[in-house]
Amino acid sequence: MQVQSMHFKARSGQKLADVRLQQNLKVLSQRWTVGRTNAIAELDDFEATRDEAVERRNRALANLDVWLERFEAQATARGATVLWAETPEDASKLVVEIARRHEVAKVTKSKSMVSEEMALNRHLEAAGVKVVETDLGEYILQINDNEPPSHIVAPVVHKSKDEVSDLFARVHKRPRLTDIPQMTREAREFLRPQFLSSDMGVSGGNFLIAETGSVAVFTNEGNEGMCTVLPPKVHVVVTGIEKVIPTLEDLATMARLLPRSATGQSISNYFSILTGPRAPGEQDGPEHMYFVLVDGGRTGLLGGEFQDMLRCIRCGACMNHCPVYQKIGGHTYGWVYPGPMGSVLTPSYVGLEKTLDLPQAATLCGECHVVCPMKIPLPDLLRKLRERLGMAAWAFAARRPAVYRPLARIGARVLGWMGGDAHRISSLPGGSGWSLYRDMPSPVGPTFKERWAKQGRRTTPR
Amino acid sequence: MKVGLFITCLVDVMRPEIAEATVRLLESAGCTVEVPMTQTCCGQPGYNSGDTTAASDLALKFLMEFEGFDYVVVPSGSCGGMVRQHYPALFADDPDLRNRIDALAQKTFELTAFLHDVIGLASLPGSFAGEVTYHDSCSGLRELGVQAQPRALLALNPSIRLTEMKEARACCGFGGTFAIKYGDISSAIVDEKIGHIHASGAPCVVLGDLGCMLNIEGRLRRTGDNTTRVLHIAQVLAGTAADAPSPSATQEAR
Repeated sequence: MQVQSMHFKARSGQKLADVRLQQNLKVLSQRWTVGRTNAIAELDDFEATRDEAVERRNRALANLDVWLERFEAQATARGATVLWAETPEDASKLVVEIARRHEVAKVTKSKSMVSEEMALNRHLEAAGVKVVETDLGEYILQINDNEPPSHIVAPVVHKSKDEVSDLFARVHKRPRLTDIPQMTREAREFLRPQFLSSDMGVSGGNFLIAETGSVAVFTNEGNEGMCTVLPPKVHVVVTGIEKVIPTLEDLATMARLLPRSATGQSISNYFSILTGPRAPGEQDGPEHMYFVLVDGGRTGLLGGEFQDMLRCIRCGACMNHCPVYQKIGGHTYGWVYPGPMGSVLTPSYVGLEKTLDLPQAATLCGECHVVCPMKIPLPDLLRKLRERLGMAAWAFAARRPAVYRPLARIGARVLGWMGGDAHRISSLPGGSGWSLYRDMPSPVGPTFKERWAKQGRRTTPR
Repeated sequence: MKVGLFITCLVDVMRPEIAEATVRLLESAGCTVEVPMTQTCCGQPGYNSGDTTAASDLALKFLMEFEGFDYVVVPSGSCGGMVRQHYPALFADDPDLRNRIDALAQKTFELTAFLHDVIGLASLPGSFAGEVTYHDSCSGLRELGVQAQPRALLALNPSIRLTEMKEARACCGFGGTFAIKYGDISSAIVDEKIGHIHASGAPCVVLGDLGCMLNIEGRLRRTGDNTTRVLHIAQVLAGTAADAPSPSATQEAR
C-alpha cells in the first residue's frame, strides 16, 4: 500500500470536520472499550494470563530463526510449501507466480493486513487475476473503488449503515435496503457464486504453530472457511514472520487474549487450525497449500530497542482506546496500521522520513500500554521515535538555573501582562496551535520562587 | 521530617498559589519544607521529545538538589512520574548513579500519594465547600497509580461533595507539545472531557496536574464557559481555593 502518512495534518483536519465519522468513531470506541472490560473480567486472572502470553511471545522471538525453521520443516512434512519474501513486493510476486502455476482465474480472499502491506490485489489484478474480498467489511471497501481499511479488525468502521445502503443499491443494482440482516443476506447472494467458482483462496494467519506446521485463523463471518477449505484447488497463507509460536499450548494462551482484547468476545465465531493440503482419504481442504512468509522490515526490529513491537497480535485494543484515534480514525495515519501500534510500525517499516507526524501525534496518555494484551510499551517506543525538534532553547535554560530564574520571572510578568485583568491570553505568539482553540490562563503575579524568597523562608542553598 | 518541594516549572510561573497551598498542606502535616532555589524543570519535555541527553542532565541536577531530603514532594503526577518511572531508565548503564537515582525515585511522591500513603493525613488545614468532580491525570494515574488517594483526601472534608464524571480516566488531550503541534485534535479531545465535566453537574473540576489544568481551563474559557472552576487538588485540600482567580471575578473583569 502506498504511504500517505505525510498528509497526516491535512487529513486529520478533514476527519475532525466529518460529523458522520465522528459519530461512528464514538459508537465504536464505546462499544469496544466496554466489551473488552467485560470480557477480560471473565478470566480468572487476566494479569497472570497476560504475563504468561508475554513470556511465550518473547520466547518465540528470542529464537525466531529456530522456530521458523521448525515451522517450515513441519509444514513441508505435511505437504505444504513454505516460501520466504524479504519485501512485501517480493511476497506479491510469489503469490502471482503461484496463481500462474495453477492457472488461476479467480482468487477469493479473507481479511489479511499483510496482504494490504503487499498491495496484493493490485498485483494479482495486474496479472489478469480477478480478486474478490469476502470479509464483509473488506468486500464493502473493494466495491467502493478499493478504499483502504481504517481499522485492522473492523476495516469499514468509518462507514455508517446508511452509506453502505447507498453503496449496495448503486453497485448491486437492487432496491435500497436498510435492515442489516437483509443487507448481509444480499452480500451473501453476491459472494456465494464467487466462493463456488474460486480457483484459489488467500488468507492471513493470526499465528503459525511451529510444532505442527499449522496456521491459526480467528474470524467472525465464516468466509475464511469458504476461501480455504470449500472449493479452491489452492490455499495461500500470507503472513508476517513474527507470527510464529512454538506450540499449540502457546496458541491456547493467545486465544484467551486475542478475541477478548479485540472485540470483547470470549472466542471469535470461527476459529480454524489449518494443517497441510487435503491428504489421501480426507474429505476437504485444498489440493495445494502454500505459506508466503513476509519479512517486510520485521527482522530490522529484532534484537533492537523496538523488538517488543514484534509481540503485537493485531488485536486493535490500542487504537480502540486511543484518544487520538477516536478523533481522527484510521485513514489519517496513511498506511496499513493505524493508532498507536501503527505509529510505531509504520515508521519502522516504511521509514521515519515519510511519517514524521506519527510518533508526535500522541498525547502519551499511556492507555494503549495499559490495555495491550502483550504489554508493549507503546508510549516508550513512540518517545524513542520522536525527533529532537525545537527543544534546544528549553534544554539550554533548564540546565542553567542562573539563566532559568530570570527567564521564569520575566515570563510570568509578560504572560501576566498579556493576560490583563481577565487573566487569560487569547493569542499566544509562537503557540497558535494552542491559542487557536484555547485561551492561555495567565499567571497572577510573581513566581513561587520569588514569593518564597521574599518571605525569607527556608531555601537551599541559603 | 524534612521535605524538599519540587515546585515544577509550570506551577512556579503559571500558578504559584498551588505551591503555596502545597506548603500549607505539608506544614500542617508536620513537615519541614525546604525549596532548593536552583531547581528548574524535571526534564520531561525533553524526554518526551526524544532528547534523552538533556533529560539525563536535568535528572542529575535534580539528584544533586534533592537527594539530601527525607522525602521529595511534587504537586504534579506527570513530573512525579518522570522522576519515579523514567529517571531510573535513563541510568540503566551506570550502576552507581542508578542506585542513587533509584533511592531518590523511591522517596519522591506526588502530593496526594504522599499525604495519603506516607503521612496518613487525617484532617485538612482549611475549608472548602461545594460539589466537585475529579479528573484523573494520565501520568499520575497510569505511571504512579494515583486514583484512590485524591478521592480519599477529598472525603476528609464533609463539606465537599464528589460527583464522578463519566470517563474520568480519559486523557484531556493536553500531551505537552501535542497540544500545540496538533491543536485541532487536542481541542477535539478536550471537548469530550468538557462534555463529561458539564454532564456531571459539578460547578468545579479538581485535578492534580498543571498541563490538564491549563488545557481544560483554556478551552472552557474559549468556548464561553466562564463559570466552571478548575482547581488543583492542593488548593481544595488546603482550603486556599478562594485565592485562585475565580471565573466569576474574571467574567466581571471582562
